[in-house]
This record gives sequence, structure tokens and C-alpha cells, in this order.
Amino acid sequence: MNSVAAPVIPRLEHTGRVTQARVVLSEWTKLRSVRSTLWSLGVAVLLTVGLPLLIATIRTTRAHPDRHGPSPLEIASAGVNISQLAIAVLGVLLITGEYSTGMIRATFTAVPTRLPVLWAKIGVYAVVSFVLMLPCVVIGFFGSQAILAHKNLGQISFSHPGVARTVIGGAVYLMLIGVFALALGAIVRSTAGGISAFAAIFFVIPPLLNILPSSWNNAIAPWIPDSAARAIFQLTHDAHSLSPAGGLAIFLAYIAAAVAVAAILLVRRDT
Amino acid sequence: MIEAHDLTKDYGDKRAVDHLSFTVKPGVVTGFLGPNGSGKSTTMRLILGLDAPTGGDVKVNGKHYREHKAPLHEVGALLEARSVHTGRSAYNHLLALAQTHGIGRKRVEELIDLVGLHEVARKRAGQFSLGMGQRLGIATALLGDPHTFLLDEPVNGLDPEGIHWIRNLLKALAAEGRAVFVSSHLMSEMAQTADHLIVIGRGRLIADTSVDEFVRRASGAVVLVRSPQATRLRDLLLGPGVTVTSDQPNVLEVAGVTSEKIGESAAANGIVLHELTTVQASLEEAFMELTRDDVEFKAAEAA
Repeated sequence: MNSVAAPVIPRLEHTGRVTQARVVLSEWTKLRSVRSTLWSLGVAVLLTVGLPLLIATIRTTRAHPDRHGPSPLEIASAGVNISQLAIAVLGVLLITGEYSTGMIRATFTAVPTRLPVLWAKIGVYAVVSFVLMLPCVVIGFFGSQAILAHKNLGQISFSHPGVARTVIGGAVYLMLIGVFALALGAIVRSTAGGISAFAAIFFVIPPLLNILPSSWNNAIAPWIPDSAARAIFQLTHDAHSLSPAGGLAIFLAYIAAAVAVAAILLVRRDT
Repeated sequence: MIEAHDLTKDYGDKRAVDHLSFTVKPGVVTGFLGPNGSGKSTTMRLILGLDAPTGGDVKVNGKHYREHKAPLHEVGALLEARSVHTGRSAYNHLLALAQTHGIGRKRVEELIDLVGLHEVARKRAGQFSLGMGQRLGIATALLGDPHTFLLDEPVNGLDPEGIHWIRNLLKALAAEGRAVFVSSHLMSEMAQTADHLIVIGRGRLIADTSVDEFVRRASGAVVLVRSPQATRLRDLLLGPGVTVTSDQPNVLEVAGVTSEKIGESAAANGIVLHELTTVQASLEEAFMELTRDDVEFKAAEAA
């Protein structure tokens, strides 16, 4: 009488436990299998490589190039300033996308201790963004300098002191921005909230500091996340900015704090 | 095997689950009934460690869910609504979850075929119908070949064939000695699927009983009548104290008249009967009866 036979459920011979390495593989699958990843990373690649080439080309095509325009190194890292937004948005989305769709419940059902998921997301995204952005900043640098050299517009050499650090620092900067944004997303658990928090910290607070008396501004400004992170890929450092290593250390401390808060909340909060 | 002891959960000052104790045994399908907002989904989240209880304790296969080293091999869960990233394909969704336990692609493909999603496995899950989403949820629950199943409203959105399929699946899983805990607001569905019932209202345990016992406790019998002239028969039967409901054409459920009277009435008017059966009060009615008492009790208490 029954038109549908009782289904035969295939047996699973092998059984394994949850390990950090397996969670990393799972997060890699998740990262590569949604469109937002392809879009965000595609935009980041395009901007990081394209902007230096575009700005350098515009400079060379002008009849009387302005000698007081951006420095060759500023042109080379022009893309990093913009593509950080795409990297940050994807960082936020990697975790908030799970909350907004309900996927997080499936994720935490598979990995109920939760923390391996956070470590895996951070690890996978850090590696992917660095491996992708490193060639981009290098191509952006050599490409833009080649265009400038063509018209004798004062290009800078990769072997010039601090230049290699600045170029590679751009990729490090983008990677860390992504991790910081991911931690923010894990804390606020909403895409809009995560992106807003990121924008507030990196785009709203820095200009606001200019309202302060300059002695205050000079004392505070170097230590905010934006300035500390920028010190990683800036060539020149004045009395009011941190050294590259100092900036890196301070920004890593901010990231550690954000990740620690995210981890505590992740374990304690209901889903 | 699921064991809840004095389980309590507050959200702010609202109590969602109130000192709930029950046991879900292996080898049977245990239905979990309650009106909307009665705490069914909350209870399931507590079992899975997604939410932490305010008080009390719940263990699955002898341990708290979070203590299991390989939870997908212990418990298969179909969660309320969707728990799937809308931008990811069914295949990649299952694969990502399988990989946390080292389960291979072959298993993922087997299950996609089993639940009938082969054609759409590479489509984004956001484009799935409710029924397809439920099938994906079932595949997710089956991934680790677990001993215990926890299914929140699995028949929601399924077509009759899908409902039939789920019903058989749940029975087959229980017949293999697994514990199956399934919530539903479709009480009649439970009558056909569950062996045992746990009924809650406002987060409290109302009944923990076999389905047969549950129906027996309900009052009043209903007569099921099938006739090609059902409409005419209904008009003849309707009177004081008689209610006639009809879910499908040519089928009447009559309360307040005995089957003898209906048969005589039909014969006297030359109406053809294809079926005339006295049935116990429906599970729905039994359920309404019980939860109404609970609601009244609560209201009186508040006053």
C-alpha cells in the first residue's frame, strides 16, 4: 500500500572526532564556496593592483606632470588604502553571514566547543588574504614604478632602504585588517554592525582626533588602531608616529584584545 | 538517549522552559508536542548546547552535548527554520560539516542521493523551497550515522510524498534501535509516527505518555464517514450537539452522533456509504484539551 518504501540509510563505517585541522579544512570549504568571497577578494585584487597602475598612468599622460604630487611609494600603495575596505567587509561577513542565515547553529552543532571555529576562520582568512595580497602589492609596486620610470617621473627602487618592508607591509596590513574585522564581526554578530564598527574605528575616529588640541592629538593619535596599523606600511616616520615594528606590535595588541573578547563571548553567549 | 532533569531556561524575565524533566528512549519515536511558543525549540537548543540552561541539566548519550568529541556521530539534528548559509550549495554545506569530523565526499554524495537532492545539489541553498531545505536538513542529521536524532518540525513544508518519506524514515531509525525525538505542531502527524509523547505548554511538562494512552485520556468519539454524497449527508446529520468537519472532499468527521444513527440515516435517504468508522478523539482534540487546562490554570494563577 505504501508507495514510498522505507529508506535504507547507508552505514558509515569510519568514525572520527573533531580536530582543529579538520575544522580548518571545513572553514576553507566554507570560504571558497560562497560568492561574497569571490566578489570581495576580486575587488581587493583589482584595487590593490589596479589603482597604482591607474594613478601612475594618469601622471604620465599629463602634458606637464605635477612634480609635487604623490610620491612614487604613495602611488604604489594607493590601492591598499581602498582595498582594505573589501578585505574588512569579507572579514566581517565570514562570521556574521553565519549568524544572519542561521548557519552558525549547524556549525556549533558540529563543533560544540566553538573556539576551534574562531581559530580556523582567523587562520584560513589570514593565510588566504596574505597569499593573495602579497603578489598584488608587489605587482602594484613594480608596475607603477615601471610606468613612472618610463617618463622619468622619479620612481623608487625596491632595494631602497625601507621600500621592501613598506611594500610587503601593505600585504601584512591587509591581512591584519581582515583578522581585526573578523573579530569585530564575531563580537557584534551582525553584518551592518560589524562594518559600522570597523568604519567607526578606521574612518570616523581618526579625523575626529583633529578636533582635539594638537598636544593631545599628537599624544593620542599614534596609538589608535588606524595609525598603529598604518605605521606598518609607511616609509617615513616622524616624531608623532610609531616605528613599523612598534605600530605592528600595538596593532597586534588591539587584534589580540578583539579576538579575546570575541572568544569569550562566543563561548558564553546563546546562539 | 536524552535525559533532561529539571531543565529551566529564562530569557530576561521570561521563562521559556520551566523545570522540565523527561527521557527520550532508544528504539522508539518520541513526539514532542506543544503550542507555538511553548518552549519546544528552546528545549532542543538546550539539548544541543546552543543555549545554556538557567537551571537543571540535559545529557545526550550520557554526556553534555559539548563534551562529545564527535557530536555528529552521537546526535543528528534538524534545527528549526533554516540553519544553512543561503549562498552556499547543498553539496558544499554538507561537505563543510562533514569535514569537521573527517567524513568523506562519498558519504555526502550518498546522502544527497538518499534525500532526493541530486538534481539541485550544486544550486545555492537560498533558492531551495521549504521542502528542499527540510530534505537538506535531514541529510545533515544523517551525516554522522548517529544513535540519537533530534528533529524540529521535520515535516514542515513537505509535500504528502515527503511527509510519507519522513514518517517511514523516522520509524526505520527507531526500529534500528536509535532514539528519535521529533517535534511537531501537527498532532495528527504524531499519531501516525510517534510511539511516545512528551507534551509541554508554557515550558512545563503536561504529559509524558504513550500515544495510545494520550488519546484514550481524551473524551468523545468521532465517526469518520466516506460517501460520494457527503454534502447531502452532512445537511441531514447537522443538528443540535452535532459537529461535522470535512478536510477533504467526500469525507466527513462527525461528532455527537453514533455510527448506527449515521448508517440508518444514510440508508433511509438512499445515500451510498464507502466507509463508516468510529475513531477515537483526534490527537489534536486531546492536545487542545490538555493545553487548554494548562492555559486556564496559568491565567487563574496570574489573577
